Amino acid sequence: MADVFAALYFHILRHNPLDPEWVDRDRLLLSCGHIAPVRYSAMAYAGYFPIEELTTLRKFGSRLQGHPERMRLPALETTSGPLGEGLAQGAGMALAAKMDEAQWRTYVVTSDAEHQCGLHWEAVMTAAKFKLDNLTCIIDRNFIQIDGSTEDVMPLEPLAEKYRAFNWEVFQCDGNDIAEFITTMEKAKEVRGKPQVVIAHTLPGKGVAFMEGDYRWHGKPPDRRQADEALSELSAQRELMVKHDG
Amino acid sequence: MQPLHLVDLETAKLELVATRDGFGEGLIAAGRANPQVIGICADLSESTRMEGFKTAFPLRYIEIGVAEQMLAAMASGLAAVGKIPFIASYAMFDPGRSWEQVRTTMALNEMNVKIVGAHAGVSVGPDGATHQAIEDIAIMRVIPKMTVVVPCDAIETHKATVAVAERWGPTYLRFGREKSAIVTTKQTPFEIGKAQTFRAGNDVAIVACGILVYNALQAARELAAHDGVECRVINNHTIKPMDEQAIVKAARECRAIVTVEEHQVHAGMGSRIAEITAQSHPIPIEFIGVQDQFGQSGTPAELIEHYGMGTESIKNAVRRVLKRKPGS
Repeated sequence: MADVFAALYFHILRHNPLDPEWVDRDRLLLSCGHIAPVRYSAMAYAGYFPIEELTTLRKFGSRLQGHPERMRLPALETTSGPLGEGLAQGAGMALAAKMDEAQWRTYVVTSDAEHQCGLHWEAVMTAAKFKLDNLTCIIDRNFIQIDGSTEDVMPLEPLAEKYRAFNWEVFQCDGNDIAEFITTMEKAKEVRGKPQVVIAHTLPGKGVAFMEGDYRWHGKPPDRRQADEALSELSAQRELMVKHDG
Repeated sequence: MQPLHLVDLETAKLELVATRDGFGEGLIAAGRANPQVIGICADLSESTRMEGFKTAFPLRYIEIGVAEQMLAAMASGLAAVGKIPFIASYAMFDPGRSWEQVRTTMALNEMNVKIVGAHAGVSVGPDGATHQAIEDIAIMRVIPKMTVVVPCDAIETHKATVAVAERWGPTYLRFGREKSAIVTTKQTPFEIGKAQTFRAGNDVAIVACGILVYNALQAARELAAHDGVECRVINNHTIKPMDEQAIVKAARECRAIVTVEEHQVHAGMGSRIAEITAQSHPIPIEFIGVQDQFGQSGTPAELIEHYGMGTESIKNAVRRVLKRKPGS
Protein backbone atom coordinates (compact mmCIF):
# COMPACT_ATOMS: atom_id res chain seq x y z
CA MET A 1 0.00 0.00 0.00
CA ALA A 2 3.06 2.27 0.01
CA ASP A 3 2.35 2.91 -3.68
CA VAL A 4 -1.27 3.91 -3.01
CA PHE A 5 -0.34 6.26 -0.15
CA ALA A 6 2.49 7.82 -2.17
CA ALA A 7 0.02 8.49 -5.00
CA LEU A 8 -2.54 9.90 -2.59
CA TYR A 9 -0.24 12.25 -0.68
CA PHE A 10 1.91 13.34 -3.62
CA HIS A 11 -0.63 13.56 -6.42
CA ILE A 12 -4.29 12.98 -5.66
CA LEU A 13 -5.17 14.73 -2.38
CA ARG A 14 -5.91 18.42 -2.13
CA HIS A 15 -4.16 19.11 1.16
CA ASN A 16 -1.65 21.30 2.94
CA PRO A 17 0.74 19.65 5.41
CA LEU A 18 1.44 23.06 6.95
CA ASP A 19 -2.27 23.62 7.59
CA PRO A 20 -3.69 20.16 8.35
CA GLU A 21 -7.04 21.60 9.45
CA TRP A 22 -7.60 23.67 6.29
CA VAL A 23 -11.39 23.52 5.90
CA ASP A 24 -11.38 22.85 2.16
CA ARG A 25 -8.91 19.95 2.27
CA ASP A 26 -9.83 16.53 0.95
CA ARG A 27 -10.48 14.07 3.77
CA LEU A 28 -8.49 10.83 3.75
CA LEU A 29 -9.67 8.17 6.20
CA LEU A 30 -7.77 4.97 6.85
CA SER A 31 -10.39 2.42 7.81
CA CYS A 32 -7.97 -0.49 8.20
CA GLY A 33 -6.03 1.34 10.91
CA HIS A 34 -3.52 -1.47 11.39
CA ILE A 35 -1.63 -0.41 8.27
CA ALA A 36 -0.98 2.99 9.92
CA PRO A 37 2.84 2.74 9.55
CA VAL A 38 2.60 3.10 5.78
CA ARG A 39 0.35 6.16 6.14
CA TYR A 40 2.60 7.68 8.80
CA SER A 41 5.59 7.27 6.46
CA ALA A 42 3.83 8.96 3.56
CA MET A 43 2.70 11.77 5.89
CA ALA A 44 6.22 12.31 7.20
CA TYR A 45 7.65 12.54 3.70
CA ALA A 46 4.78 14.86 2.71
CA GLY A 47 5.83 17.19 5.54
CA TYR A 48 3.24 16.61 8.26
CA PHE A 49 5.94 15.88 10.85
CA PRO A 50 9.70 15.23 10.95
CA ILE A 51 10.83 11.97 9.35
CA GLU A 52 12.84 11.16 12.51
CA GLU A 53 9.55 10.96 14.43
CA LEU A 54 8.74 7.74 12.56
CA THR A 55 11.04 5.86 14.97
CA THR A 56 8.61 6.65 17.82
CA LEU A 57 6.00 4.40 16.18
CA ARG A 58 3.96 2.46 18.79
CA LYS A 59 6.14 3.81 21.62
CA PHE A 60 4.95 5.45 24.85
CA GLY A 61 4.02 9.10 24.39
CA SER A 62 4.18 8.98 20.59
CA ARG A 63 1.70 10.69 18.29
CA LEU A 64 2.14 7.63 16.10
CA GLN A 65 -0.04 5.21 18.01
CA GLY A 66 -0.29 1.52 17.12
CA HIS A 67 -3.62 2.36 15.54
CA PRO A 68 -4.38 5.91 14.30
CA GLU A 69 -5.74 8.40 16.83
CA ARG A 70 -7.01 11.71 15.56
CA MET A 71 -6.79 13.40 18.96
CA ARG A 72 -3.03 12.83 18.93
CA LEU A 73 -2.52 13.65 15.25
CA PRO A 74 -5.47 15.63 13.80
CA ALA A 75 -4.37 15.14 10.17
CA LEU A 76 -5.48 11.52 10.48
CA GLU A 77 -9.09 12.80 10.23
CA THR A 78 -10.39 10.01 12.45
CA THR A 79 -9.52 7.35 14.99
CA SER A 80 -9.52 3.90 13.44
CA GLY A 81 -8.50 0.32 13.84
CA PRO A 82 -11.69 -1.52 14.73
CA LEU A 83 -12.51 -2.73 11.23
CA GLY A 84 -15.49 -1.86 9.07
CA GLU A 85 -16.04 1.64 10.48
CA GLY A 86 -14.17 3.92 8.11
CA LEU A 87 -16.62 4.06 5.24
CA ALA A 88 -19.48 4.83 7.64
CA GLN A 89 -17.61 7.86 8.97
CA GLY A 90 -16.48 8.82 5.47
CA ALA A 91 -20.09 8.72 4.29
CA GLY A 92 -20.97 11.08 7.15
CA MET A 93 -18.25 13.50 6.10
CA ALA A 94 -19.24 13.31 2.43
CA LEU A 95 -22.88 13.92 3.34
CA ALA A 96 -21.89 16.91 5.49
CA ALA A 97 -19.94 18.28 2.51
CA LYS A 98 -23.07 17.93 0.35
CA MET A 99 -25.19 19.67 3.00
CA ASP A 100 -22.67 22.53 3.14
CA GLU A 101 -22.20 22.57 -0.68
CA ALA A 102 -18.47 22.18 -0.12
CA GLN A 103 -16.20 21.04 -2.93
CA TRP A 104 -13.73 18.81 -1.10
CA ARG A 105 -13.78 15.04 -1.52
CA THR A 106 -13.63 12.15 0.91
CA TYR A 107 -11.38 9.14 0.33
CA VAL A 108 -11.57 6.02 2.46
CA VAL A 109 -8.86 3.36 2.31
CA THR A 110 -10.21 -0.06 3.30
CA SER A 111 -8.83 -3.56 3.51
CA ASP A 112 -10.49 -6.39 1.64
CA ALA A 113 -11.07 -8.47 4.78
CA GLU A 114 -13.00 -5.70 6.52
CA HIS A 115 -15.64 -6.24 3.85
CA GLN A 116 -16.64 -9.15 6.08
CA CYS A 117 -18.05 -6.60 8.58
CA GLY A 118 -21.77 -5.85 8.39
CA LEU A 119 -21.33 -2.16 9.17
CA HIS A 120 -19.25 -1.63 6.02
CA TRP A 121 -22.20 -2.73 3.89
CA GLU A 122 -24.56 -0.48 5.85
CA ALA A 123 -22.26 2.33 4.75
CA VAL A 124 -22.20 1.08 1.15
CA MET A 125 -26.01 1.20 1.09
CA THR A 126 -26.15 4.62 2.71
CA ALA A 127 -23.60 6.21 0.37
CA ALA A 128 -25.63 5.00 -2.63
CA LYS A 129 -28.90 6.28 -1.12
CA PHE A 130 -27.48 9.77 -0.74
CA LYS A 131 -25.70 9.64 -4.15
CA LEU A 132 -22.39 10.56 -2.55
CA ASP A 133 -20.36 11.12 -5.71
CA ASN A 134 -17.83 13.04 -3.58
CA LEU A 135 -16.86 9.77 -1.89
CA THR A 136 -14.33 7.22 -3.16
CA CYS A 137 -13.62 3.95 -1.40
CA ILE A 138 -10.25 2.36 -2.16
CA ILE A 139 -9.89 -1.37 -1.47
CA ASP A 140 -6.51 -2.93 -0.82
CA ARG A 141 -7.41 -6.19 -2.59
CA ASN A 142 -4.52 -8.41 -1.52
CA PHE A 143 -6.56 -11.53 -0.71
CA ILE A 144 -4.88 -12.04 2.66
CA GLN A 145 -6.02 -11.75 6.25
CA ILE A 146 -4.72 -12.97 9.59
CA ASP A 147 -6.10 -16.50 9.32
CA GLY A 148 -5.27 -17.04 5.63
CA SER A 149 -6.78 -16.25 2.23
CA THR A 150 -9.89 -14.07 2.28
CA GLU A 151 -11.56 -16.58 -0.01
CA ASP A 152 -10.98 -19.38 2.52
CA VAL A 153 -11.78 -17.38 5.67
CA MET A 154 -14.99 -15.80 4.33
CA PRO A 155 -15.23 -15.41 0.56
CA LEU A 156 -15.69 -11.87 -0.76
CA GLU A 157 -15.97 -12.62 -4.46
CA PRO A 158 -17.61 -11.50 -6.66
CA LEU A 159 -16.65 -8.22 -4.97
CA ALA A 160 -17.02 -5.88 -7.95
CA GLU A 161 -20.48 -7.30 -8.72
CA LYS A 162 -21.52 -6.77 -5.12
CA TYR A 163 -20.68 -3.06 -5.32
CA ARG A 164 -22.43 -2.74 -8.68
CA ALA A 165 -25.53 -4.34 -7.17
CA PHE A 166 -25.40 -1.70 -4.42
CA ASN A 167 -25.41 1.08 -7.09
CA TRP A 168 -21.77 2.06 -6.89
CA GLU A 169 -19.49 2.79 -9.84
CA VAL A 170 -16.71 0.20 -9.86
CA PHE A 171 -13.12 0.60 -11.05
CA GLN A 172 -10.29 -1.91 -10.85
CA CYS A 173 -6.56 -1.39 -11.25
CA ASP A 174 -3.12 -2.64 -10.34
CA GLY A 175 -2.56 -1.05 -6.95
CA ASN A 176 1.19 -1.45 -7.25
CA ASP A 177 1.29 0.55 -10.48
CA ILE A 178 1.28 4.20 -9.40
CA ALA A 179 0.50 5.62 -12.84
CA GLU A 180 -2.40 3.23 -13.37
CA PHE A 181 -3.77 3.93 -9.89
CA ILE A 182 -3.68 7.70 -10.47
CA THR A 183 -5.42 7.41 -13.85
CA THR A 184 -8.12 5.23 -12.29
CA MET A 185 -8.65 7.67 -9.43
CA GLU A 186 -9.00 10.51 -11.91
CA LYS A 187 -11.69 8.59 -13.76
CA ALA A 188 -13.49 7.88 -10.49
CA LYS A 189 -13.53 11.58 -9.66
CA GLU A 190 -15.48 12.30 -12.85
CA VAL A 191 -18.43 10.07 -11.87
CA ARG A 192 -21.62 11.96 -11.02
CA GLY A 193 -24.54 10.75 -8.92
CA LYS A 194 -22.85 7.67 -7.47
CA PRO A 195 -20.11 6.83 -4.98
CA GLN A 196 -17.10 5.07 -6.49
CA VAL A 197 -14.99 2.13 -5.44
CA VAL A 198 -11.47 1.52 -6.73
CA ILE A 199 -10.48 -2.10 -6.24
CA ALA A 200 -6.70 -1.81 -6.14
CA HIS A 201 -5.19 -5.25 -6.71
CA THR A 202 -2.04 -5.36 -4.66
CA LEU A 203 0.64 -7.92 -3.99
CA PRO A 204 1.47 -7.94 -0.29
CA GLY A 205 5.20 -7.60 0.29
CA LYS A 206 5.69 -6.55 -3.35
CA GLY A 207 9.36 -6.54 -4.37
CA VAL A 208 10.58 -8.69 -1.49
CA ALA A 209 10.82 -12.30 -2.63
CA PHE A 210 10.38 -13.91 0.79
CA MET A 211 7.36 -11.76 1.65
CA GLU A 212 5.38 -11.53 -1.59
CA GLY A 213 1.88 -12.97 -1.27
CA ASP A 214 2.57 -14.66 2.07
CA TYR A 215 -0.24 -13.96 4.55
CA ARG A 216 2.04 -14.79 7.49
CA TRP A 217 3.63 -11.33 7.04
CA HIS A 218 0.25 -9.67 7.46
CA GLY A 219 0.71 -8.61 11.06
CA LYS A 220 4.36 -9.18 11.86
CA PRO A 221 7.43 -6.96 11.42
CA PRO A 222 10.67 -8.38 9.99
CA ASP A 223 13.68 -8.81 12.32
CA ARG A 224 16.87 -6.80 11.66
CA ARG A 225 18.41 -9.37 9.30
CA GLN A 226 15.17 -9.79 7.32
CA ALA A 227 14.71 -6.03 7.13
CA ASP A 228 18.22 -5.55 5.74
CA GLU A 229 17.62 -8.28 3.19
CA ALA A 230 14.31 -6.74 2.14
CA LEU A 231 15.75 -3.23 1.90
CA SER A 232 18.73 -4.33 -0.21
CA GLU A 233 16.39 -6.20 -2.56
CA LEU A 234 14.18 -3.11 -2.90
CA SER A 235 17.07 -0.71 -3.47
CA ALA A 236 18.54 -3.02 -6.15
CA GLN A 237 15.19 -2.85 -7.96
CA ARG A 238 15.09 0.91 -7.53
CA GLU A 239 18.53 1.29 -9.09
CA LEU A 240 17.44 -0.85 -12.03
CA MET A 241 14.36 1.35 -12.50
CA VAL A 242 16.42 4.55 -12.32
CA LYS A 243 18.84 3.17 -14.93
CA HIS A 244 15.94 2.07 -17.10
CA ASP A 245 14.32 5.51 -16.92
CA GLY A 246 17.56 6.94 -18.05
CA MET B 1 -30.59 28.46 46.93
CA GLN B 2 -32.37 29.11 43.66
CA PRO B 3 -36.15 28.47 43.91
CA LEU B 4 -37.10 25.23 42.08
CA HIS B 5 -40.73 26.02 41.17
CA LEU B 6 -41.77 22.37 41.42
CA VAL B 7 -45.30 21.06 40.98
CA ASP B 8 -47.03 20.79 44.36
CA LEU B 9 -47.92 17.10 44.19
CA GLU B 10 -50.23 17.38 47.24
CA THR B 11 -52.56 19.92 45.73
CA ALA B 12 -52.06 20.00 41.94
CA LYS B 13 -53.86 17.66 39.57
CA LEU B 14 -51.41 15.01 38.36
CA GLU B 15 -50.37 15.64 34.78
CA LEU B 16 -48.97 12.77 32.72
CA VAL B 17 -46.77 13.36 29.65
CA ALA B 18 -44.22 11.00 28.08
CA THR B 19 -40.60 12.09 28.41
CA ARG B 20 -40.15 11.36 24.69
CA ASP B 21 -42.62 14.17 23.95
CA GLY B 22 -40.36 16.54 25.84
CA PHE B 23 -37.47 15.38 23.66
CA GLY B 24 -39.43 15.97 20.45
CA GLU B 25 -40.22 19.55 21.38
CA GLY B 26 -36.77 20.17 22.81
CA LEU B 27 -35.10 19.03 19.58
CA ILE B 28 -37.15 21.50 17.53
CA ALA B 29 -36.12 24.26 19.94
CA ALA B 30 -32.46 23.19 19.68
CA GLY B 31 -32.78 23.12 15.88
CA ARG B 32 -34.17 26.66 15.84
CA ALA B 33 -31.35 27.90 18.04
CA ASN B 34 -28.53 26.36 15.99
CA PRO B 35 -28.58 25.51 12.26
CA GLN B 36 -25.82 22.92 12.79
CA VAL B 37 -28.18 20.69 14.80
CA ILE B 38 -29.28 17.75 12.63
CA GLY B 39 -31.45 14.70 13.30
CA ILE B 40 -30.60 11.17 12.21
CA CYS B 41 -33.00 8.33 12.85
CA ALA B 42 -32.99 4.55 12.43
CA ASP B 43 -36.54 3.94 11.22
CA LEU B 44 -38.24 5.11 14.42
CA SER B 45 -38.94 8.79 13.84
CA GLU B 46 -42.51 8.65 15.14
CA SER B 47 -41.92 6.64 18.29
CA THR B 48 -38.69 8.46 19.25
CA ARG B 49 -40.53 11.73 18.53
CA MET B 50 -37.95 12.92 16.05
CA GLU B 51 -40.84 13.34 13.63
CA GLY B 52 -41.46 16.97 14.61
CA PHE B 53 -37.87 17.92 13.81
CA LYS B 54 -38.16 16.09 10.48
CA THR B 55 -41.21 18.19 9.58
CA ALA B 56 -39.68 21.45 10.80
CA PHE B 57 -36.24 20.93 9.20
CA PRO B 58 -36.56 18.40 6.34
CA LEU B 59 -33.13 19.27 4.92
CA ARG B 60 -31.47 18.63 8.25
CA TYR B 61 -33.09 15.26 8.82
CA ILE B 62 -31.41 12.02 7.70
CA GLU B 63 -33.15 8.66 7.60
CA ILE B 64 -30.66 5.83 7.91
CA GLY B 65 -32.91 2.76 8.14
CA VAL B 66 -32.48 -0.12 10.55
CA ALA B 67 -28.72 0.29 10.95
CA GLU B 68 -27.74 1.46 14.41
CA GLN B 69 -23.99 0.96 14.03
CA MET B 70 -24.18 3.10 10.91
CA LEU B 71 -26.23 5.63 12.87
CA ALA B 72 -23.39 6.09 15.36
CA ALA B 73 -20.39 5.95 13.02
CA MET B 74 -21.94 8.15 10.34
CA ALA B 75 -22.90 10.73 12.96
CA SER B 76 -19.25 10.90 13.99
CA GLY B 77 -18.33 11.68 10.38
CA LEU B 78 -20.95 14.45 10.23
CA ALA B 79 -19.75 15.85 13.55
CA ALA B 80 -16.18 15.92 12.21
CA VAL B 81 -17.39 18.57 9.76
CA GLY B 82 -19.12 20.65 12.44
CA LYS B 83 -22.64 19.23 12.53
CA ILE B 84 -24.31 18.49 15.87
CA PRO B 85 -26.09 15.21 15.18
CA PHE B 86 -28.82 13.84 17.44
CA ILE B 87 -29.08 10.12 16.67
CA ALA B 88 -32.29 8.45 17.70
CA SER B 89 -33.48 4.92 18.17
CA TYR B 90 -34.45 2.69 21.07
CA ALA B 91 -31.87 2.65 23.84
CA MET B 92 -31.56 -1.11 23.42
CA PHE B 93 -29.98 -0.55 19.99
CA ASP B 94 -28.66 2.98 20.26
CA PRO B 95 -26.30 2.70 22.15
CA GLY B 96 -27.02 -1.00 22.89
CA ARG B 97 -25.98 -2.28 19.47
CA SER B 98 -23.47 0.42 18.62
CA TRP B 99 -21.28 0.41 21.74
CA GLU B 100 -17.95 -0.06 20.02
CA GLN B 101 -18.72 2.57 17.36
CA VAL B 102 -19.71 4.96 20.15
CA ARG B 103 -16.50 4.27 22.04
CA THR B 104 -14.10 4.47 19.08
CA THR B 105 -15.58 6.96 16.63
CA MET B 106 -17.37 9.21 19.10
CA ALA B 107 -15.69 9.16 22.54
CA LEU B 108 -12.03 8.34 21.81
CA ASN B 109 -12.32 10.46 18.68
CA GLU B 110 -14.06 13.27 20.64
CA MET B 111 -17.01 13.91 18.36
CA ASN B 112 -19.90 16.14 19.33
CA VAL B 113 -22.71 13.59 18.84
CA LYS B 114 -25.85 13.27 20.97
CA ILE B 115 -27.08 9.71 21.38
CA VAL B 116 -30.80 9.61 22.02
CA GLY B 117 -31.91 6.41 23.74
CA ALA B 118 -35.69 6.22 23.68
CA HIS B 119 -37.90 3.50 25.22
CA ALA B 120 -35.45 2.92 28.06
CA GLY B 121 -36.34 0.83 31.11
CA VAL B 122 -38.90 -1.90 31.77
CA SER B 123 -41.68 0.69 31.47
CA VAL B 124 -41.57 0.10 27.69
CA GLY B 125 -44.07 -2.53 28.77
CA PRO B 126 -45.63 -5.10 26.41
CA ASP B 127 -42.65 -5.19 23.97
CA GLY B 128 -40.86 -7.39 26.51
CA ALA B 129 -37.27 -8.02 27.53
CA THR B 130 -35.69 -7.71 24.05
CA HIS B 131 -36.71 -4.05 23.90
CA GLN B 132 -36.26 -3.05 27.54
CA ALA B 133 -32.88 -1.34 27.92
CA ILE B 134 -31.79 -1.71 31.52
CA GLU B 135 -28.03 -1.90 30.98
CA ASP B 136 -27.55 1.29 28.92
CA ILE B 137 -26.50 3.62 31.74
CA ALA B 138 -23.78 1.14 32.70
CA ILE B 139 -22.31 0.81 29.21
CA MET B 140 -22.33 4.57 28.63
CA ARG B 141 -21.08 5.77 31.99
CA VAL B 142 -18.01 3.54 31.72
CA ILE B 143 -16.78 5.36 28.59
CA PRO B 144 -14.34 8.26 29.18
CA LYS B 145 -15.48 11.69 27.91
CA MET B 146 -19.14 10.59 27.72
CA THR B 147 -21.86 12.67 29.39
CA VAL B 148 -24.95 10.75 30.55
CA VAL B 149 -28.24 12.54 31.25
CA VAL B 150 -31.50 10.94 32.47
CA PRO B 151 -34.21 13.61 32.90
CA CYS B 152 -37.10 13.11 35.33
CA ASP B 153 -40.11 14.29 33.31
CA ALA B 154 -41.13 15.65 29.91
CA ILE B 155 -40.45 19.26 30.85
CA GLU B 156 -36.96 18.45 32.08
CA THR B 157 -36.33 16.30 28.98
CA HIS B 158 -37.13 19.34 26.83
CA LYS B 159 -34.58 21.42 28.78
CA ALA B 160 -32.01 18.63 28.77
CA THR B 161 -32.28 18.30 24.98
CA VAL B 162 -31.61 22.00 24.51
CA ALA B 163 -28.80 21.90 27.09
CA VAL B 164 -26.95 18.96 25.53
CA ALA B 165 -27.14 20.65 22.11
CA GLU B 166 -25.51 23.76 23.56
CA ARG B 167 -22.84 21.91 25.51
CA TRP B 168 -19.94 20.43 23.54
CA GLY B 169 -19.20 16.71 23.80
CA PRO B 170 -20.40 13.20 23.17
CA THR B 171 -23.55 12.69 25.22
CA TYR B 172 -26.10 10.02 26.01
CA LEU B 173 -29.64 11.27 26.65
CA ARG B 174 -32.01 8.62 28.02
CA PHE B 175 -35.78 8.69 28.31
CA GLY B 176 -38.86 6.50 28.31
CA ARG B 177 -41.94 5.62 26.32
CA GLU B 178 -44.86 5.82 28.73
CA LYS B 179 -46.68 8.87 29.96
CA SER B 180 -45.21 9.77 33.33
CA ALA B 181 -45.82 12.33 36.06
CA ILE B 182 -44.82 15.95 35.56
CA VAL B 183 -42.96 17.10 38.67
CA THR B 184 -41.12 20.18 37.36
CA THR B 185 -42.33 23.35 35.66
CA LYS B 186 -40.96 25.52 32.88
CA GLN B 187 -39.45 27.75 35.58
CA THR B 188 -37.50 24.92 37.25
CA PRO B 189 -33.79 25.50 36.60
CA PHE B 190 -31.77 22.79 34.84
CA GLU B 191 -28.04 22.52 34.56
CA ILE B 192 -26.09 19.48 33.38
CA GLY B 193 -24.00 18.11 36.25
CA LYS B 194 -26.03 19.84 38.99
CA ALA B 195 -28.24 17.57 41.07
CA GLN B 196 -31.28 19.19 42.66
CA THR B 197 -32.83 18.69 46.06
CA PHE B 198 -36.52 18.29 45.28
CA ARG B 199 -37.47 17.68 48.91
CA ALA B 200 -35.60 18.63 52.05
CA GLY B 201 -34.91 16.15 54.86
CA ASN B 202 -32.05 14.70 56.87
CA ASP B 203 -33.12 11.19 57.89
CA VAL B 204 -32.37 9.40 54.61
CA ALA B 205 -31.43 10.71 51.17
CA ILE B 206 -33.31 9.17 48.25
CA VAL B 207 -31.23 9.79 45.14
CA ALA B 208 -33.25 9.10 42.00
CA CYS B 209 -33.15 9.66 38.26
CA GLY B 210 -35.63 9.45 35.40
CA ILE B 211 -39.33 8.90 35.77
CA LEU B 212 -38.83 7.21 39.17
CA VAL B 213 -38.10 10.61 40.74
CA TYR B 214 -41.88 10.86 41.05
CA ASN B 215 -42.06 7.53 42.92
CA ALA B 216 -39.27 8.75 45.21
CA LEU B 217 -41.21 11.93 45.99
CA GLN B 218 -44.37 9.92 46.68
CA ALA B 219 -42.49 7.54 48.96
CA ALA B 220 -40.96 10.49 50.84
CA ARG B 221 -44.33 12.12 51.27
CA GLU B 222 -45.91 8.95 52.66
CA LEU B 223 -42.95 8.24 54.95
CA ALA B 224 -43.22 11.73 56.40
CA ALA B 225 -46.95 11.34 56.96
CA HIS B 226 -46.98 7.80 58.40
CA ASP B 227 -43.51 6.99 59.71
CA GLY B 228 -42.39 10.46 60.73
CA VAL B 229 -39.28 10.00 58.59
CA GLU B 230 -38.02 13.03 56.68
CA CYS B 231 -36.31 12.04 53.43
CA ARG B 232 -34.23 14.28 51.24
CA VAL B 233 -35.12 13.59 47.59
CA ILE B 234 -32.44 14.37 45.05
CA ASN B 235 -33.15 14.54 41.33
CA ASN B 236 -29.81 13.20 40.07
CA HIS B 237 -30.40 13.74 36.35
CA THR B 238 -26.74 13.76 35.34
CA ILE B 239 -25.17 10.34 35.83
CA LYS B 240 -21.90 11.55 34.33
CA PRO B 241 -20.30 13.85 35.31
CA MET B 242 -22.15 13.22 38.57
CA ASP B 243 -22.62 16.03 41.07
CA GLU B 244 -20.22 14.51 43.62
CA GLN B 245 -20.58 17.45 45.98
CA ALA B 246 -24.34 16.94 46.30
CA ILE B 247 -23.87 13.19 46.88
CA VAL B 248 -21.17 13.64 49.53
CA LYS B 249 -23.24 16.34 51.23
CA ALA B 250 -26.24 13.98 51.33
CA ALA B 251 -24.06 11.19 52.70
CA ARG B 252 -22.65 13.46 55.41
CA GLU B 253 -25.95 15.05 56.43
CA CYS B 254 -28.36 12.10 56.06
CA ARG B 255 -25.89 9.26 56.77
CA ALA B 256 -27.99 6.79 54.74
CA ILE B 257 -28.92 6.69 51.05
CA VAL B 258 -31.47 4.87 48.90
CA THR B 259 -30.73 5.00 45.18
CA VAL B 260 -33.59 4.70 42.68
CA GLU B 261 -33.21 4.01 38.97
CA GLU B 262 -35.06 2.13 36.23
CA HIS B 263 -31.93 0.14 35.36
CA GLN B 264 -29.90 -2.81 36.58
CA VAL B 265 -28.58 -2.00 40.05
CA HIS B 266 -25.25 -3.37 38.83
CA ALA B 267 -23.08 -0.62 37.36
CA GLY B 268 -25.85 1.97 37.14
CA MET B 269 -26.42 5.30 38.86
CA GLY B 270 -26.57 3.74 42.34
CA SER B 271 -23.25 1.99 41.79
CA ARG B 272 -21.68 5.32 40.97
CA ILE B 273 -23.03 6.74 44.24
CA ALA B 274 -21.52 3.77 46.09
CA GLU B 275 -18.17 4.48 44.37
CA ILE B 276 -18.29 8.12 45.45
CA THR B 277 -19.39 7.55 49.04
CA ALA B 278 -17.07 4.57 49.60
CA GLN B 279 -14.13 6.86 48.92
CA SER B 280 -15.19 9.96 50.79
CA HIS B 281 -17.95 9.21 53.28
CA PRO B 282 -18.93 5.54 53.61
CA ILE B 283 -22.55 5.08 54.72
CA PRO B 284 -25.21 2.35 54.26
CA ILE B 285 -26.96 2.33 50.86
CA GLU B 286 -29.98 0.42 49.56
CA PHE B 287 -30.29 0.05 45.80
CA ILE B 288 -33.68 0.24 44.06
CA GLY B 289 -33.58 -1.00 40.47
CA VAL B 290 -33.67 -4.25 38.52
CA GLN B 291 -31.80 -6.91 40.49
CA ASP B 292 -29.71 -8.71 37.84
CA GLN B 293 -32.69 -9.99 35.85
CA PHE B 294 -34.22 -9.43 32.42
CA GLY B 295 -37.62 -7.80 31.98
CA GLN B 296 -40.76 -9.28 30.39
CA SER B 297 -44.08 -8.22 28.84
CA GLY B 298 -46.63 -6.49 31.03
CA THR B 299 -48.08 -3.07 31.69
CA PRO B 300 -45.54 -0.45 32.75
CA ALA B 301 -47.13 -0.21 36.20
CA GLU B 302 -47.08 -3.99 36.67
CA LEU B 303 -43.43 -4.18 35.66
CA ILE B 304 -42.27 -1.28 37.85
CA GLU B 305 -44.03 -3.00 40.75
CA HIS B 306 -42.79 -6.52 39.91
CA TYR B 307 -39.15 -5.45 39.62
CA GLY B 308 -39.28 -3.63 42.95
CA MET B 309 -39.26 0.01 41.83
CA GLY B 310 -42.69 1.07 43.06
CA THR B 311 -43.41 3.48 45.89
CA GLU B 312 -43.86 0.65 48.45
CA SER B 313 -40.48 -0.84 47.53
CA ILE B 314 -38.80 2.54 47.97
CA LYS B 315 -40.46 3.01 51.37
CA ASN B 316 -39.29 -0.43 52.49
CA ALA B 317 -35.76 0.34 51.31
CA VAL B 318 -35.80 3.53 53.39
CA ARG B 319 -36.94 1.53 56.45
CA ARG B 320 -34.17 -1.04 55.88
CA VAL B 321 -31.45 1.55 55.44
CA LEU B 322 -32.62 3.41 58.56
CA LYS B 323 -31.91 0.26 60.61
CA ARG B 324 -28.40 0.11 59.18
CA LYS B 325 -27.72 3.79 59.77
CA PRO B 326 -24.77 4.39 62.11
CA GLY B 327 -25.99 5.04 65.66
CA SER B 328 -29.53 3.75 65.00
